[in-house]
Amino acid sequence: MRQKFQLKDRTKEALAGYGFLMPNFVGFLVFTSIPVCASMALSFFSWDLLSPPKFVGIANFIELFKDPFFWKYCWNTVVLMCAIPFSVAGSLLLALAMNQKLKGIVFFRTVYFLPTICSGVAIYVLWRFIYNPEFGALNAMIFKLGELIHLPLRGPNWLTDEQWAKPALIIMSVWQTVGGYNMILYLAALQGVPRDYYDAAEVDGANEWQKFWNVTWPQISPTTFFIVIMSIIGGFQAGFDPAYIMTGGGPNGSTTTIIYYIYNNAFQWHNMGYAAAISWILFIIVFIITVLQWRMFGRVVHY
Amino acid sequence: MIIDALLDKQQKRLIQARARKRFIQRVIAYGVMIVGAVTMIAPFLWMVTASLTKAGDIVLGGRDWWQGWIPTSFIWKNYVEAFRVVPFLRFYLNSIFVVLLTTVGQVATSAFSAYAFARLRFPGRDQIFFAYIATMMIPGAVTMIPVFILLKYLGWIDSYKAMILPGIFTAYGTFMLRQFFMTLPSDLEDAAKIDGCSYFGIFWRVLLPLCKPALATLTTFTFMGTWMNFMWPLVVINSQEKFTLPVGLAYFQSLHNTDWTLLMAGSVMMIFPILMVFMFNQRYFVEGIKLSGIKG
Repeated sequence: MRQKFQLKDRTKEALAGYGFLMPNFVGFLVFTSIPVCASMALSFFSWDLLSPPKFVGIANFIELFKDPFFWKYCWNTVVLMCAIPFSVAGSLLLALAMNQKLKGIVFFRTVYFLPTICSGVAIYVLWRFIYNPEFGALNAMIFKLGELIHLPLRGPNWLTDEQWAKPALIIMSVWQTVGGYNMILYLAALQGVPRDYYDAAEVDGANEWQKFWNVTWPQISPTTFFIVIMSIIGGFQAGFDPAYIMTGGGPNGSTTTIIYYIYNNAFQWHNMGYAAAISWILFIIVFIITVLQWRMFGRVVHY
Repeated sequence: MIIDALLDKQQKRLIQARARKRFIQRVIAYGVMIVGAVTMIAPFLWMVTASLTKAGDIVLGGRDWWQGWIPTSFIWKNYVEAFRVVPFLRFYLNSIFVVLLTTVGQVATSAFSAYAFARLRFPGRDQIFFAYIATMMIPGAVTMIPVFILLKYLGWIDSYKAMILPGIFTAYGTFMLRQFFMTLPSDLEDAAKIDGCSYFGIFWRVLLPLCKPALATLTTFTFMGTWMNFMWPLVVINSQEKFTLPVGLAYFQSLHNTDWTLLMAGSVMMIFPILMVFMFNQRYFVEGIKLSGIKG
C-alpha cells in the first residue's frame, strides 16, 4: 500500500516537472536546439532560398578558407578587440577609485553606466555625428587644442578614412564598455578582498603600489581572467550594429567583422549555406576559447 | 613625563602623516572619478545640445566651441518635427508592444522551467539541463539563419510574431533563475507540501514571492536587451509600419543623413525610456551582474 502511494507521488512530481518545463522546452527545441542541428546540416549545402538546396559536401568550408574577404574580416574582428585591454584597465582604475568609500558613489556609478545602458542605434548615430570631420565634436576639440598650442592641428576623416575607421570604433567601444559590467564586477571583487591582507602588508611596510601589486592584483585575478575571456568571446561576435550604422562596413571593408559578413551572406546575398559555414567557424573559435578557459582556469589565476 | 610627551608627539606625527596620505588618496580618487564622469557625460551633452539647436547653426558654424556642449537655444520644435518627418510614434508603439510581450513571455516561461530544473525530480532532467547550458555558448549567429528560414516557410517574416517568439525562449533566463531558486531553502516548500499544497501552489505562493529580486533582474535585462535589439528586427521586418525604434532610427538616418538636429532629437527620444527604466531598477541591474557574472 505504502509502496504504491510513494510511486504515485513520484509520478505526480515527474508529471509536474514536465508540465512546468514544457512551455520553455518547446520554444527551446524550435528556436535553439533544432536550428543548431539545422545550421550544421545547412553548412554542407548550397542554397539561395529560391532553387532547391544542393548538397556540396565541405565545399563551403574549402571556399571559405580560400576567401580573402573572410580572412580580412577575421583580421578586422581581431584588431577591433584592441579595445579590450584599454577598457579593462579603465574599468579597474574606475573601480579602484570607487572603492575608496567616498561620497556620491551611486551618482558616479549611474553616470558610468549610461553608455552601457544606452548602447544601441541611438549611440551609434550620436558617435557618427561626433566623428563628423566638419561639424563633429572630436575634430572641433582637436582644432581648438591646436589653436591653444599654436599648431595647425586637423582631425582625420574618422569614419571615411580606411586608416582611422578602426581606431574610431575602438575609441567608441572603450567609452561604451569602460564603466559598465566590467567595472561592477571589479568593484564587487575589490570589496571581496579581505581587509586583513592589507593590514598585514601595512605591517610589513608595503607602500600603496606594493599593496596593489602583491595583494589586490593577485586577489582579483579570477575576475580579470573572467572579464578578459568574456570580452574576447563577445568580441568575436561583435561589430555588427556600430559598423552597420556608422560605416556600413566600410571604407573598403575595413570595419566589416565576421558577424557582418554572415549577415551579408545570409540576408543580403542569400548564400545561406555559406553563411551557416561561417557561423560554424565562429562557433568553433568561441568553443576553443571556452575550453582553453576551463583548462587554464585553475593554473593561471590565484584564488 | 618627557618620554610620554615624546611618544605623544611621535604618535601625533604618525596620525598626521596618515591623515595626509588619506587626503591625497581621496583627491586622486575623486580626480579619476570626475574625469571619468565628464568623459561619459560629454557625448550626451553634445547630443542633447544638438537636438535643441536650430538646424542651420550646426552646419553653417558660427557657434562658439562651448555652444556645442551647452544648449543656448531651445528649439523644442525639432522634436515635433522629428515626429512629423518620421512615424516615430508608430515605432515607439511597436517597440513597446514587442518588448512587453517578449519580457513577459521570457520571464514567465523561464520561471516555470527554472522551477522544474531546480526543485522537481523527473527522468531526463539533468540531461536536458545540460543541453540548455551547452547551447548558451553557441553564438546567436548560428541559430539565426535556420530560424529565419523556418519563419520564412511559416510565412511569418514581416510579422510581430517573428520578432517576439524567438526572443522569449532563452537558455539564459532559465539558467539565471534556476541558479537563484537553488539558493532558496527548501523548508518552506516542505511545509507547504505537508499542508497539501499543489506544485503550482508551491511555485506561485511560496517560491515566486521569494525570488522577486531575481525576477526583477531578469525583467530589466530582457527589457533593455529587447529594446536595443537591432539585428533581428532588421532581418525579419520589411515594412515600415512594423519597424521598432532602433530599425526606425537607422532607417531615418539613411533618409536624412545629415539632418543632425532631427537625428539627435530621435536619438534622445530612443534613449529616454531606457534611462527611466534603468534609474528605477538600477539596484536590480547591479545585483544581477554580480549574481550571474554574465552579460545579459
